[in-house]
Amino acid sequence: MNYEHHDYDVLIIGAGGAGLRAAIEVQQRGLKVAVITKSLLGKAHTVMAEGGMAAAMGNVYSEDNWQVHFRDTMRGGKYLNNYRMAELHAKEAPERVLELEQWGALFDRTKDGKISQRDFGGHRYARLAHVGDRTGLELIRTLQQKVVSMGTDVFMEHKVLKLIHDHEGRVAGCVAYQRATGEFVTFAAKAVVLATGGAGRSWKFTSNSWEGTGDGHAMALWAGAQLIDMECIQFHPTGMVWPLSVRGLLVTEGVRGDGGVLRNSEGRRFMFDYVAEMFRDETADSEEEADKWYDDHSAGRRPPELLPRDEVARAINTEVKAGRGSPHGGVYLDIGSRRSAEFIRRRLPSMYHQFMELAGVDITKESMEIGPTCHYIMGGVKVDADTAATSVDGLFAAGEVAGGMHGANRLGGNSLSDLIVFGRRAGVGAADFVAAYAGVPQLDEAAVEAAIAESLVPFEREEGENPYDIQRDLQEMMQSNVGIIRTRSELDEAITHLEGFTERVKNIKVKGGRAYNPGWNLATDLPAMISVSKCVARGAILREESRGGHTREDFPQASPDFATFNFAHSTHGGSWDSEIVTERSALLEMPVELKALLEEGH
Amino acid sequence: MAQVTMRVWRGDANGGDFESYTVEQNEGEVVLDVIHRIQATEAPDLACRWNCKAGKCGSCAAEINGKPRLMCMTRLDQLPEGEVTVTPMKTFPIIRDLVTDVSFNFQMAAKVPALLPPAMPAEGYRMYQEDVERSQEFRKCIECFMCQDVCHVIRDHEENKTHYAGPRFFIRYAELEMHPLDTNDRRDLIREDMGLGYCNITKCCTEVCPEHIKITDNAIIPLKERVVDAHYDPVAWLGRKIRRRTKRSANDAAVQPAP
Repeated sequence: MNYEHHDYDVLIIGAGGAGLRAAIEVQQRGLKVAVITKSLLGKAHTVMAEGGMAAAMGNVYSEDNWQVHFRDTMRGGKYLNNYRMAELHAKEAPERVLELEQWGALFDRTKDGKISQRDFGGHRYARLAHVGDRTGLELIRTLQQKVVSMGTDVFMEHKVLKLIHDHEGRVAGCVAYQRATGEFVTFAAKAVVLATGGAGRSWKFTSNSWEGTGDGHAMALWAGAQLIDMECIQFHPTGMVWPLSVRGLLVTEGVRGDGGVLRNSEGRRFMFDYVAEMFRDETADSEEEADKWYDDHSAGRRPPELLPRDEVARAINTEVKAGRGSPHGGVYLDIGSRRSAEFIRRRLPSMYHQFMELAGVDITKESMEIGPTCHYIMGGVKVDADTAATSVDGLFAAGEVAGGMHGANRLGGNSLSDLIVFGRRAGVGAADFVAAYAGVPQLDEAAVEAAIAESLVPFEREEGENPYDIQRDLQEMMQSNVGIIRTRSELDEAITHLEGFTERVKNIKVKGGRAYNPGWNLATDLPAMISVSKCVARGAILREESRGGHTREDFPQASPDFATFNFAHSTHGGSWDSEIVTERSALLEMPVELKALLEEGH
Repeated sequence: MAQVTMRVWRGDANGGDFESYTVEQNEGEVVLDVIHRIQATEAPDLACRWNCKAGKCGSCAAEINGKPRLMCMTRLDQLPEGEVTVTPMKTFPIIRDLVTDVSFNFQMAAKVPALLPPAMPAEGYRMYQEDVERSQEFRKCIECFMCQDVCHVIRDHEENKTHYAGPRFFIRYAELEMHPLDTNDRRDLIREDMGLGYCNITKCCTEVCPEHIKITDNAIIPLKERVVDAHYDPVAWLGRKIRRRTKRSANDAAVQPAP
């Protein structure tokens, strides 16, 4: 069959911060590049990032430097990180942030005209460059406008079904369909960069949009790459809990960075009761000490509300379980009694509007009801830190879809900076790969035909299931069985359920035609959601300890036995539901000078 | 359980009609919640755009009871009792159901001459909060394109789309014009090719902006004054011919009313 076909040097799948930053790099190298996105340009999940991007520029605290940022990132990740990614990230983030200003970004300023930086959990110093609480919007718009001004080809509202190899086993492109028409399109390229973001859509209460279905994770898995740390899922401590309609919607950590505190139904600032041993030396032990810290970090130690996200989310969960929660099953986040209305509206304008318009709560006067929401997947495609190359020839990955940078838990603010640091590196890596490439990429036509045929089967069935029913059941199952606190028996059940969902996907009936049909779109997303969920559940069973974004009720402590490797998942190719193999993948050995940074008291 | 009846426009470029769906309505729900409920039950092929469901991405703009709104930020309990009508944005060609072809906006975006800053000092640019704030207001834009939808210059006159950028891009031009680092001069382009003169300041755009950007007062009117100023003031005209205009800060670039 004939389809619309395009040839490029580099193909970038995903138009969030990482994808767009990679595209800029490739285009600047004079190569032919295309960006493919499921949505319109500028709508990627990056726009949802609120608080800021972490970069040790030292504009607010001159003591800050890359070494401290590296240390904070590794400690936050409970040492499961790819140290080299954490190192490159800490070193390069300042340069990447400054570069955005050359392209039009306008960050909030310090009094002396530098980029202002705000406090966030787990960061020793005020480190997040920001624009109010809409930093993600600023990032995406800046990169989008740069890409548009360079004339980069962007294929909007195209859903990629599968990566396609050539006959030598290199990734040679992909097959996609245009959402508007349902027509198929093939792309051939010498290198492909996955920048598809996360997978939070498989949980019921999530801050992720419909796009977060783990497409890139799954396509990498199906293409022969390895996924690591998939059990490490970040439940952001502060999602809205009421009304139900907005349950899971993100409330920025900036609320706590700017002075907000967590209270239980008894009015107690309960985070003081949950300071883990490893953070005790650097955390305040009284409200008085904590409150001094906001104005002057040398006057007291940091408030426990600003512990890393995994610590805070678990504490909230425990309070609610103990019966000290709010009426709708969360706890209270209070900034209204601690800061002036003017300050709150200036620093947190979209939070103010979000609560006012959606919940009828005035956050300058009342407390917010909040609880953990599935927010981010630390796990992802195993990559080489310097080049973003995966183990599959010609395939690169950057941003949330890549694994390793954040270890077992990501610090707030480290995601936006991750996107621009490793987006750029993926662009460089792909461009270098293209420079050394011999020959012309040739798509395996039989694989293209098979992917297309498979995607059309749901139209042909006489009877079958509504894909929305499967999605709802998957979300409920993952929420209750592979949620914030896990246990062996529930995880085993999850594996059984996931096999059941796999069979149900093979019986989907899609109603209507191919043109802009969200039911069909969901039917083509579900295989990825299920593949990714399987890896999460498998990793969660095997990691018999609690570390970062993976908490086991039956193994509540971190164990040194699990501190030296990641679990890596792969398949031997074939269909999307082919067997997943899981093995141990040793962590990179850290050079002594970096190890010394972790051990320093700071 | 409370119920609500939604009259949703269904169809494509060849035509269509309203279809009614009566579905469950829970406390606090927004229009997008019930559209999703219709998709999940009766009409899985009902086309609509959405992403963040938090008023931050601007994907889910539609006309609710005839007025452009974000479906994710429109609470059902704040609409008048009775049926709720949802139609696609009128100014753009229909793709399917509530999804329109907004490529006009991307074409206009491609015509915007980029920021042209001076070389960056090693430690980064110095800019002051009061100087960046004017452009920051315009950078709040989430590109929902409701201002474009409601602007009668293109809503009622398809033929103007070839030479009229619309409010979304007037705030983009204003943002660049007031940007402390910009040295590009776009005034002739704005006047001659972007059709700023067609806007007769009815403020419809400002009224629908979900980000409460004062599009007319803070962007269009200052832009009009600046463009007219440059065009009719012979001294300014000569100045532009002789040397490229540089803006030291947004304060310096503040627009004075034409004499």
